[in-house]
Amino acid sequence: MPDNAIRTPLFFSLPETFDGDKWICRILILLVCVWLATVVFLPVFGLLSKSLTDADGNFAGLANFVYYFQTPALSGSLTNSLFVSGLTMLISVSLGFFYAYALTRTNIPAKGFFRGLAMMPLFAPTLLNGIALVYLFGRQGLITRGFFGTLPGWDIGLYGPVGIIISEVIFTFPQAMLILSVALRMTDARLYEASYSLGASKWRTFFTVTLPGIKYGLISAVFVCFILAFTDFGAPKVVGGNYNILATDIYKQVIGQQNFVMGAVVSVVLLIPTVIAFVADRIAQRKQVSMIAARSVPLIPEADKVKDRLFLGYCSLMAFLIIAFFATALFASLVKIWPYDLSLSLHHYNFRRMGGGGYASFFNSIRMSFYSALAGTAITFASAYLVEKTGGMRSLRQGAYFLSILPLALPGLVIGLAYIFFFNAPAWTVLGITIPNPLNFLYATMGILVLSNVVHFYTVSFLTATTALKQLDQEFETVSESMGVPFYKTFFRVTVPVCLPAILEIGMYYFVNSMATVSAVIFLYSADIPLASVAVANMDDAGDTAPACAMSVLIVLTNVLVRILYGILTKGVHKKTQAWTSAG
Amino acid sequence: MKKIGKLTMTAVIGLILTALFSGPGAFAEELLVYTALEDDEIPRYLELFKKEHPEITVKIVRDSTGIVTAKLLAEKDNPRADVVWGTAATSLLVCDQNGMLEGYAPKGLEKVRPEFRDPREIPHWVGIKAWMTGLCVNTVEIGALKIPAPESYADLIKPEYKNQIVMPNPASSGTGFLTVSAVLQMMGEEKGWDYLDKLHENIARYTHSGSKPCKLAGAGEVPIGISFGYRGFIQKQKGEPVMTVFPKEGSGWDVEANAMIKKAVIKESAKIFLDWAISEPVMKEYAKVYPVTAYATGMPVPEGFPENPEKQLIKNDFQWAAKNRAAILEKWTQRYDTKSEAK
Repeated sequence: MPDNAIRTPLFFSLPETFDGDKWICRILILLVCVWLATVVFLPVFGLLSKSLTDADGNFAGLANFVYYFQTPALSGSLTNSLFVSGLTMLISVSLGFFYAYALTRTNIPAKGFFRGLAMMPLFAPTLLNGIALVYLFGRQGLITRGFFGTLPGWDIGLYGPVGIIISEVIFTFPQAMLILSVALRMTDARLYEASYSLGASKWRTFFTVTLPGIKYGLISAVFVCFILAFTDFGAPKVVGGNYNILATDIYKQVIGQQNFVMGAVVSVVLLIPTVIAFVADRIAQRKQVSMIAARSVPLIPEADKVKDRLFLGYCSLMAFLIIAFFATALFASLVKIWPYDLSLSLHHYNFRRMGGGGYASFFNSIRMSFYSALAGTAITFASAYLVEKTGGMRSLRQGAYFLSILPLALPGLVIGLAYIFFFNAPAWTVLGITIPNPLNFLYATMGILVLSNVVHFYTVSFLTATTALKQLDQEFETVSESMGVPFYKTFFRVTVPVCLPAILEIGMYYFVNSMATVSAVIFLYSADIPLASVAVANMDDAGDTAPACAMSVLIVLTNVLVRILYGILTKGVHKKTQAWTSAG
Repeated sequence: MKKIGKLTMTAVIGLILTALFSGPGAFAEELLVYTALEDDEIPRYLELFKKEHPEITVKIVRDSTGIVTAKLLAEKDNPRADVVWGTAATSLLVCDQNGMLEGYAPKGLEKVRPEFRDPREIPHWVGIKAWMTGLCVNTVEIGALKIPAPESYADLIKPEYKNQIVMPNPASSGTGFLTVSAVLQMMGEEKGWDYLDKLHENIARYTHSGSKPCKLAGAGEVPIGISFGYRGFIQKQKGEPVMTVFPKEGSGWDVEANAMIKKAVIKESAKIFLDWAISEPVMKEYAKVYPVTAYATGMPVPEGFPENPEKQLIKNDFQWAAKNRAAILEKWTQRYDTKSEAK
């Protein structure tokens, strides 16, 4: 046990009187910290130290970074990445803002439909964004060829920054829309009344009340979109052409040339802006004060025909684009030989004699996502409970909280690469002492795939659980304690049933994301366990675009199905377990 | 105190284990085969093996040549593969230089052409067939663009083909490497790099794998793909408007070869597999889609290939190519890997 020495002092400081319940609590919180340190902190640390060694593993200081920045073929990608993600962020946040505004501040009809549709891209691997764009704007694309020659064509020069930016906008738009919707909904109608009665014009109200009110949401949306676009590699891989960006560079270095050291260096270069954005966002969010007070009045958008029509038009246009986008992908996966034989057939769904693993990969992905949902939900919810609801050990709980937020700053590629180094090493060398790696057995198993997903999507799930738990009165714990009921009984009898909607949401979030993700798992899957999303990447690599598209369609359909199932489940659960909310 | 430390560690592992009760735990003897053969040709060969040796479970790891090579090199100290099947001889030479291959003389070795095997008495690698550069040309698209089909390497650098050619990245693709190596060998290094500079001007993009250029050509995404003979041939069968052109100057080529990986324990099934991989039934199967095989099988030359396919192959110095592989790739990457900069 390597880190015994570090942990022991903690136990010395504990009181001598034995209180079984509290002890269990403490050990469990400690476990949460140890677990997070093991799966988050140590692997990233390993990655950082790898970037400071040469190919033979000797310490090389910053030599790799010097080489990196002196080689324009490599360092040019940093500027490229910043450029595309910056532009993506601007476009996405603007589009998302108007969409969210329409959903929260106008009286347009069919809001549920528009919201649901805008979420569609969240269900797809980002590779699909690229692939669908190829069928729309590639040389043989529908638009480029003017619908097979029936209309004048339009060539946008897809491959390169244009293609990357369009795909990333599609990918980040739902996120911007969701964050801004929440921000726009949290408002107090009294502010608008005051502004109105003071004689401010609509525009003035917009700039002095609306915008400042969603300041923090806006900041969050900006950073989230930037980070997502900056670290995604699925879409750029398909439509990036020879426009190199950091994420595809990591893939090229590691998968294409098995140059792990350079892969680690590029990962660190990718990690730095991501962490800066993450920290900036955290600092901004801390300053946020609740807009909602007990006496707040919910804002009911007033009828304004012109405004409503304008926004309905905008939402319809966006909805049409999203539908057209997915319809193109579906159509392309069914066409026999695009663009020469447009008869429809299912033969691209056959996947035989094709790289990537075919249906085995699809079912593996379902299994993996299911396990990730199960393990992820249990672990995140339980840790959120321990951090949020148990008393004492303040500093330890804060440590656990910090470690739980950290994964949000880690791009999937970084997690994947860090895990290769961490789990594949037969032994770790710490300060000159070699320790056999007890976790080595996980390498190239389903376990490491599930683990990488649990960590990759940890923070959002953790925050969802925390929010749900915060809505529960602390009294439950206090009363149970005074009645001598152990906390775990309260946990299973009260907390879990009451939080069931949140638990289901976390489960769905894990499933859907594990199904669609490529970035972390592409470094970790083994030939035994091919995965659907990786198969999409591999088939696209081999040039089998149509089957890659077909596999993506299967992933999207599965996720939509799971989402519908979740909808039905929550409805049932809501009736059974949430009666107290309306009674109260 | 130690106990608690151990307890926590066990618990962490336990937590992870709960997520683990899966994974096909195959412990029965199985043969791990690394190969760079095409995805759509492997099953047709492997079917024969399964019929002959149902008792052996073969696990195939397939990837592009460069990646298989890199993977083998990365696992040098702790090799996982038992056998390499159908992977570029140049790559196997590199592995051999690293002392990773075990000599083995498979049954029927005497039939194999001398240039298709390691000259040592107990060879470290034995070839099965040659694959050669072929240009996949989309007949519909060049018609629409009103450009003629290229017939030679010299044609490919003409201005009318600007942005109409895709080529595999030699660092990850075997086809890419043998093409670059052929250019350097035919023209000499100085003129060869000059040629590649000019070719670079016409390349729309470089791909990760050697098959993708042909598939992109077949789909009309880019009309001309530098790929290899087999691909164009198969895609034409599927109904894509592709014709395969073998450049006038001759094609770069490489032998796809087999080798045994040096491991502490050599499995008996590895030898059985290597014997089978050059046996006549499977050689005939290779010959159905590749005109030049390790020994003559009497099968007719597949349609679309030159009548005398052996003449199409340039004089190829494998030793030179293997020795200079790393240097060539580094130079190539420095010069062309960022197409965006060249604009």
